[in-house]
Amino acid sequence: MDINQQHRLKKYGLKAAHLITLFVAMSIICLPGLWIVLNSFRPTVEIMAKPPIWIPEKLSFDHYRAMFGGVGEGGVPVVRYFMNSLIISVTSTIIAILIGIAGGYAFARYRFRGKSAIFVGFMVTRAVPGVALSLPLFIVFAKVGIIDTHFGLILAYVAMNVPFSIWLIDGFFRQVPRELAEAAEIDGCTRWQAFWKVEFPVAKAGIASAAIFAFLTSWNEYALASQLTRSVFSKTMPVGLLDFTSEFTINWGGMCALAVLMIIPALILTFIVQKHLISGLTFGGIKG
Amino acid sequence: MTRLFRRLPPWLALLLPAIVILLVVVLVPLLLSLYSSFTPYRLTRPESLYKWIGEYNYVKVATDANFWMAFGRTVFLLTVALNLEMLLGLGLALLVNKVTWGQRGLRTIMMFPMMFSPILVGFQFKFIFNDNVGLVNNALQSLGITDQAIAWLVDGKLAMFSIIFAEVWMSTSVFAILILAGLFAIPRDPLEAAKVDGCTPWQSFRHISLPFLMPFIYIAMAIRSLDVARAYDIVQIMTNGGPARRTELLWTLIGRTGYVDAKMGLANAMGYISIFLAIFFTVYFFRKLNASRTALGYNA
Repeated sequence: MDINQQHRLKKYGLKAAHLITLFVAMSIICLPGLWIVLNSFRPTVEIMAKPPIWIPEKLSFDHYRAMFGGVGEGGVPVVRYFMNSLIISVTSTIIAILIGIAGGYAFARYRFRGKSAIFVGFMVTRAVPGVALSLPLFIVFAKVGIIDTHFGLILAYVAMNVPFSIWLIDGFFRQVPRELAEAAEIDGCTRWQAFWKVEFPVAKAGIASAAIFAFLTSWNEYALASQLTRSVFSKTMPVGLLDFTSEFTINWGGMCALAVLMIIPALILTFIVQKHLISGLTFGGIKG
Repeated sequence: MTRLFRRLPPWLALLLPAIVILLVVVLVPLLLSLYSSFTPYRLTRPESLYKWIGEYNYVKVATDANFWMAFGRTVFLLTVALNLEMLLGLGLALLVNKVTWGQRGLRTIMMFPMMFSPILVGFQFKFIFNDNVGLVNNALQSLGITDQAIAWLVDGKLAMFSIIFAEVWMSTSVFAILILAGLFAIPRDPLEAAKVDGCTPWQSFRHISLPFLMPFIYIAMAIRSLDVARAYDIVQIMTNGGPARRTELLWTLIGRTGYVDAKMGLANAMGYISIFLAIFFTVYFFRKLNASRTALGYNA
């Protein structure tokens, strides 16, 4: 075999190996999610079938219908959970982002003593494990009487989201050249005007992605929510998932349906945010 | 009040809301839990909060074999999971980086696991590894690899494997995404110069790409270290620390001691140890991040 042919073969071999590995990797990423979606449309008999039925014979909306149906029909107050999740996530996100804009701006534009120490200090509060924090929060909230309320959970989520929002927003403000705001100030703007009219619009898209990220964190949080909520008045969807479990059995189909309901908003938002999220994290991290 | 606010340096005024909320929701409760870790506090008996018993809880925790087993297991899980996530994330990023067509779509798919709630990941893999109706056993049996159901979540070792699988599935994308961003940012010139000078692909990866990627890897590590306790949700759902404590982690142990056994004081003592573990991880990776940033000359 001449050397040219050998090289060509090696090249094609490598290319095939690359594509196969990529395909396997992507399948492992996608399959678990698709499995959940598929099973949310299959009747329980088919999910439980032995030997397994690979090609679905019957697809139906039964689980969705049952889920939105009354409590007596094996339904779960999904609409309440969805609303709770929405109210808590949106409110806490808005507050966290406002605080984050102020904090991120301070880190990006001012020099002061102990800056990096304060920054790491903020981050450390985020690193406190949810379970460990939930114990004292549970005691305090019970004393103050805000357990099982939207307010209590919102408060907890704001504190949870502030450090990370500051990190992201700090990164986005750094990408805005300092000269822009300075030019505006020379032209007679106050610092406040320079911020709103020049720096904020430039960093707006980035701040929006920080907001989406904060929203997803609250939307998906479980460790704190499971202890700080008690009833349908404040239970969020991740906690609601547990309603499908009982002592010995799990209603897999119903759970898959609720899971799909939980993923869809997250999916859409992540799709919107993906580009900015990466640039925010890397700029904040690399060019600190 | 307003006058006081105006007299503050602007950076402090801007940081004040963040400081206040973190003080109220994180720091003060943590101080309370520090105090209660020196009392025999039980949820069922509120008056026990005012009884001081010194370091009794800590001695009890330190001499508890179950606690140290859980501690060791947590460190083991984190070490294995973080290293695997980094290596797989690097591999995945390199694979996607080589693709010339449809890269955007692949990148979106890659982010897919990030938007899953950890508790959802737990349920998902509990379903998939279920010995009776799970995807894995169904596939193995249909392919005729085994004729018996493998009890993935009942056997201690397999359960640990399943948990690590779920954890790695969920978090590899954090590394992959950030390392991919790093790969995009690598300057072309040194790589081409190396090629001209006769470097093998491995050499140019090892000596040019990898050092350049290190800060990105550390960012991913730092982000992950903020969230290490996410594994709690997964373990809680998949095995709840079972079978017979084989997958008990620090966090599930704290939850059980605090809420099921209602021994808040004791749980808080354990909680403090887990908090220090988390703080150690975070500070370590943030310092690494700083160091690699300085090495690259990015110190603004």
